Amino acid sequence: MLVLDFVKLMNKSFLLLSLVFLSAAQLVRAGDITGTITLKGAAPTERELTPIRDVPDCSAMYPGALPKTKFYVVGAKGELADVVVYLKGVPSASTGASAPPAVLDQKGCLYTPQILAVQTGQKVIVKNSDPCVHNVHTQPTANAEDNQVQMPGGADLTFTFAKPEPFLKFKCDVHPWMFAWVSVFDHPYFALSGADGKFTIKNVPPGKYTLEAAHRKLGTQDAEIEVKAAGAAQNFTFEVK
Amino acid sequence: MNKNHQPALFWFAVLNAAATFLLIGLGGLVTSHEAGMSVPDWPTSYGYNMFALPFHFWVGGAFFEHTHRLLASLVGLLTTVLAVWLWLKDARPWVHWLGVAAFLLVVAQGILGGLRVDLRMASLGIFHGAIAQTFLVLACFLAVFTSRWWQEPSPVRPVAVPRGLRSHVLWVTVLIFGQLLIAATMRHQHAGLAIADFPLAYGKLWPDTSATAIAGYNAHRVEMNGENPITAFQVNLQMIHRLAAYAIFLGVAAAAMLARKRLGGGDPLGQLALAWLGLLAVQILLGAATIWTNKAADVATAHVMVGALALLTGALWYLVAARRTRLAADC
Repeated sequence: MLVLDFVKLMNKSFLLLSLVFLSAAQLVRAGDITGTITLKGAAPTERELTPIRDVPDCSAMYPGALPKTKFYVVGAKGELADVVVYLKGVPSASTGASAPPAVLDQKGCLYTPQILAVQTGQKVIVKNSDPCVHNVHTQPTANAEDNQVQMPGGADLTFTFAKPEPFLKFKCDVHPWMFAWVSVFDHPYFALSGADGKFTIKNVPPGKYTLEAAHRKLGTQDAEIEVKAAGAAQNFTFEVK
Repeated sequence: MNKNHQPALFWFAVLNAAATFLLIGLGGLVTSHEAGMSVPDWPTSYGYNMFALPFHFWVGGAFFEHTHRLLASLVGLLTTVLAVWLWLKDARPWVHWLGVAAFLLVVAQGILGGLRVDLRMASLGIFHGAIAQTFLVLACFLAVFTSRWWQEPSPVRPVAVPRGLRSHVLWVTVLIFGQLLIAATMRHQHAGLAIADFPLAYGKLWPDTSATAIAGYNAHRVEMNGENPITAFQVNLQMIHRLAAYAIFLGVAAAAMLARKRLGGGDPLGQLALAWLGLLAVQILLGAATIWTNKAADVATAHVMVGALALLTGALWYLVAARRTRLAADC
């Protein structure tokens, strides 16, 4: 009887150890998803932000040419930046509460960056580096709307979002040409394409997934991928029709 | 006949109506500049007493929103004084209650505007816009009711206005009010222009509103103010707005023709109907210009103000016609 109990205990221990080893192995084998986003066709011409001229505090920061809208950030060879790439339909596994905060700065009467991606529960810190007042107005579709004033030199504002949502808009109504979009995910498997069009989603457990790429103006594209220990690669080409 | 005309009271009511019209213009500028939420708190402004906001904050969108609040406060004060004045000095009980109604409406309108800010509910802006138009009509009616023309009519028997003509003008005026509701809904979508060309719509008589087409329209829009992407609903709404505009123009043209035929070319109501038609022509031109200028704030606001005048003209025409007909029957 005693021997039987010992064997059972050993079996349980072995099972537990096996699970730990498997999980660790899986973590080790987690791969990165990489790729490049390209734009096919000519992007619409961006517009000069002429209303800046009407606000002295803002126009003083632009003695030369005024900045333009930045809907299509495209490289010489069609490399498309500011595309949010993410795993679609994966179980909720947000690590946002422990993730480092993301930062949105209001500088030169513009939001920098204009496209951002965070997890649910992750802090989004909004700074005001300008010599003028801004209001930080979030316009979500799934989360709660907020609108706060931020004085020049005022304390940073902190926002968190409980629900996933694509392209949640931040805007300033004092300077209505100022806006940014923050995509919120309930998992850490997302990335933004850079100026070279490249993106990397790190530490994705092996398996089959739907990978989606979303551009604020060009919509979304899906691809079925399989992530192995060596990772996976997937490119996307958006087209302006 | 009531010999109770008080010029000071009349001119005060006119002042209130004029201030209300300006307030609608300023409200139009707030929405046209996408500035409605630029001051996030109400009834304070950036934490200050509204009437003590330092001037250096009166910039950008906050300039329009804050001045709108100040002028709204003035209209609230004027309406309150007018209501008390009517109650104390006008002999007609129904005018007393109309003054009270104006007071309640302006208070409700002020609270609605404040709640739109505090509750961050863009949809309340639609009701705020609709009540503004209604209040303008009421403010102008109060001016008419306190005028010498209303209280001390000419001893000459006026010409009655046929019922059919009056009904026609009434229905066209109701249609204009409906059109203003559509317009308020369009403006408070905060999506910019749903259709960017005129007189065609995306190059067609009726635009393609399939998902693929809408995605294509959005891809090509470069919105200065980061407006929301447009939807098929918004495209269809603008098409309905265009069709209603044509229907209203035809309705007003018919009213002008009928008035000339039934009342004669020299009749003031015939001339007012012609002026109404001219106003509608200007309004359609302003609507087109709103599109051709990619919704320039000044042009879009002028479109709002002339729209308010079109509603007001129809309402005043009907009121005067009803009064004349009543006096003709009494003589």
